Amino acid sequence: MSALRESLGFLTSRLRQVGIFVALILIVLLFQGLTGGILLEPQNVTNLVVQNSYILILAIGMVMVIIAGHIDLSVGSVAGFIGAVAGVMIVHWGWPWWAAIPACLLVGALVGAWQGYWIAYVGIPAFIVTLAGMLIFRGLTLITLKNQQITPFPAELRALGGGFLPDLTGGTSVLEWLTVILGVGATVALLIQALKERRIRRKFDLESEPLVWFVIKTTFTALLMLVITFLLASYRGTPIVLVVLAALVIAYTALMNNSVFGRHTYAIGGNLHAAELSGIKTKAVTFRLFVNMGVLAALAGLVFTARLNSAQPAGGTGFELDSIAAAFIGGAAVTGGIGTVAGAMIGGLIMGVLNNGMSILGLGTDYQQLIKGLVLLVAVGFDIFNKNRSGGGGDIGKRFKLKTSPPPAQEKPAPATSEKVDAGVK
Amino acid sequence: MNTPILQMRGITKTFPGVKALQDVTLDVNRGEVHAICGENGAGKSTLMKVLSGVYPHNSFDGEILFENEPCNFSSISDSEKRGIVIIHQELALSPYLSIAENIYLGNEQATNGWVDWRKTNLEAARLLARVGLDENPVTPVQHISVGKQQLVEIAKALSKEVKLLILDEPTAALNDEDSGHLLDLILHLKGQGVTSIIISHKLNEIRKVADAVTIIRDGKTIETLRLDEGQITQERIIRGMVGRDLESLYPDREPNIGEEVLRIEDWSVRHPQDHTRMVVNNANLHVRKGEVVGLAGLMGAGRTELAMSVFGRTYGTATSGKVYKYGKEINTATVSDAIRHGIAYATEDRKHYGLNLIEDIKRNISLAALRKLAKRGFVDKNQETVVANGYRRSMNIKAPSVAAITGKLSGGNQQKVVLSKWMFSDPDVLILDEPTRGIDVGAKFEIYTIIAKLAAEGKAVIVISSELPELLGICDRIYTLAAGHITGEVPIAEATQETLMHYMTKEKE
Repeated sequence: MSALRESLGFLTSRLRQVGIFVALILIVLLFQGLTGGILLEPQNVTNLVVQNSYILILAIGMVMVIIAGHIDLSVGSVAGFIGAVAGVMIVHWGWPWWAAIPACLLVGALVGAWQGYWIAYVGIPAFIVTLAGMLIFRGLTLITLKNQQITPFPAELRALGGGFLPDLTGGTSVLEWLTVILGVGATVALLIQALKERRIRRKFDLESEPLVWFVIKTTFTALLMLVITFLLASYRGTPIVLVVLAALVIAYTALMNNSVFGRHTYAIGGNLHAAELSGIKTKAVTFRLFVNMGVLAALAGLVFTARLNSAQPAGGTGFELDSIAAAFIGGAAVTGGIGTVAGAMIGGLIMGVLNNGMSILGLGTDYQQLIKGLVLLVAVGFDIFNKNRSGGGGDIGKRFKLKTSPPPAQEKPAPATSEKVDAGVK
Repeated sequence: MNTPILQMRGITKTFPGVKALQDVTLDVNRGEVHAICGENGAGKSTLMKVLSGVYPHNSFDGEILFENEPCNFSSISDSEKRGIVIIHQELALSPYLSIAENIYLGNEQATNGWVDWRKTNLEAARLLARVGLDENPVTPVQHISVGKQQLVEIAKALSKEVKLLILDEPTAALNDEDSGHLLDLILHLKGQGVTSIIISHKLNEIRKVADAVTIIRDGKTIETLRLDEGQITQERIIRGMVGRDLESLYPDREPNIGEEVLRIEDWSVRHPQDHTRMVVNNANLHVRKGEVVGLAGLMGAGRTELAMSVFGRTYGTATSGKVYKYGKEINTATVSDAIRHGIAYATEDRKHYGLNLIEDIKRNISLAALRKLAKRGFVDKNQETVVANGYRRSMNIKAPSVAAITGKLSGGNQQKVVLSKWMFSDPDVLILDEPTRGIDVGAKFEIYTIIAKLAAEGKAVIVISSELPELLGICDRIYTLAAGHITGEVPIAEATQETLMHYMTKEKE
């Protein structure tokens, strides 16, 4: 009974993280039913990944910007602009793809530096700067393209949008074995990592997660990865863009969790003044965040252009809203300081499944937009509700009189301890 | 003469865990200027909030009689209807609205919901003449000086047919000339029959205008001194303000003072918005190895401003002066420069400037010196946990684990997290700004013990505090500040609350 209570208490204390995950599963199951099983057909799962990849790439940069307490409204226009630049470089100037891709990412970095300069060093709110950027880079897209689409692109670039890793068996086998190897390998790596982290948390007595929940969560995640592997492998294998995306998610998760830069980003969003007074170069961090956003927007623009096989004047329109929604549905706080890359990915997938599922059902964009808007509102509304209930702690568990940790001990006059005060490492 | 206009009897106001006011009595006679004196946190402002209805009538005990009728105010507008108007320390004017609009804000001169601008501006001009302010009523308030804004506040009070005017530290933000003008106006209004209550730290001002002085200490009325009985003298007021027993709330320590670590020379800082105001004026001070140096001063004396301007110019503009460490001039123009030179500043405002309240203990502790824990830009989280656990033990931070969110800790434990953060940055000089503010007595003792230990380890410690007994209990030497000037340097052997208060209220020659 007490174990159950403990598990329940833990779940309610992490209602947000658990809730978002459960919501994704419920939405998948709902559409699986409504579409008569089409949603999870191998071909559709592959489509889902490829269709949403550029939004997910943008959401990585967006959640970082939002954690620092800013916003970027320009990413859609920047992605469109970079598509146009890629078109000019590759189709008009005849640059090879291996030169054009780094050049485009560099242009993205410059775009980010431009916006970062105004936001970090001049002090104009990001909302204004990137709203201006949204117009500026849409305008530049139109100018670059002279209002006409550029097409076609060479196969090497198109592979970035719709290509797959090579099939080891030459297409003779039912399952695509490279995908199986990668999927199983990644699952094993994930399991090892999860166990390792849990062991370390236990060692330092930081573990609050009940064993039952840990087992359920880890098993479930592993099974999910194996199912997706199976589905991908029974169609055409691993999309190249999925490999790119996976690498980005792993790298940026590590960056945000473990790097000095990531920590500084959370600190700035959590309390700007305290961060400044702790010696953090807040302007430099903000600047770099926007440069990074520019590079990721450029990458998203390349993937999108590659997928369409054309650079279009309206390319990237509305991407900013989808990526911002992904970050917020994924648990980022409007006031900054809270959010994760993984959360933004789940948020992006929820939006993606909604889009895809409703399209299969033949719902028009009218209803799609209506429903997506409501989902965003409910997700963030739930956050605020949760926060207000617990008086700022984000802890609905208190309602059920469940305690996950002992209450802070009462302060009492303590005698001077004889231990050395400075326990720092040298 | 001598008919009472206001009688407050047995006022007791309790906040969770604190008795802010205890059986306070205040008698104000019609047509007098009545000053209220007391140390920071003595309960003066709380008393005025009780009187003006900021705290509604059922949230405290005791009775208030105004013009011999009981008062049951449940909001400021109730007290204003009776002619009691309070002007707060922070002016409540809207900077973009005109003088006239501000005067009639919430009391618009309107017919059927439409503002009568002619009447508004004419009436405002009449009120401005009464307070002696020569400005056009349509001028936006942001275009006039703070001193004049104060007069606009008074004009606003007059527009409400004020009988009792309460001024909370009205001259704290004013220069000498504006202060003089304001005090003259108070006397002028007294001639017109307006009774005033003035809260002030500046004893020479009180001597200039007050007919009576009530002294409050630790939430209790000490005494009321009357001018006509010849009782208002500086010594008497100071004795009343500080006369409490020095309790043995402080750990014993044997100071072991070494060479000079930090010296600040000719340090001057101007107000970030009002560039004509010198917030710190030509300050010189130094601190030695193993020494605890106090900075005493009343509200607005420039203590925090001095500390923050030294710590990476985080306050003020046009900062000038030199900082020396071990005799060598150092540059502390940014916070990271200051930290690199071994200076740490623990802020007086933990919640806004000290901690990331939505983050856990270990990440707060590591923040100022994250690079010590990082290899190639990546933080060693295990090492971070080891460090944080070390501080949790040595500082006696009471929390379930170092993964606990700092926003959920008590004030004392939050302060220990802030101190841990700065100790981990391994400073030579620690500036602790109000290290025991908002902390209960038991936790205070722990903080004092930590300060003593830091000094014993050879750190130079500067403590800023509004509580004189605290400074007397833990310091080796105390500087006093008044209006941005260092007015005294007192070795602990010669320091008493009276001498310190004397220097703290000393005006520049």
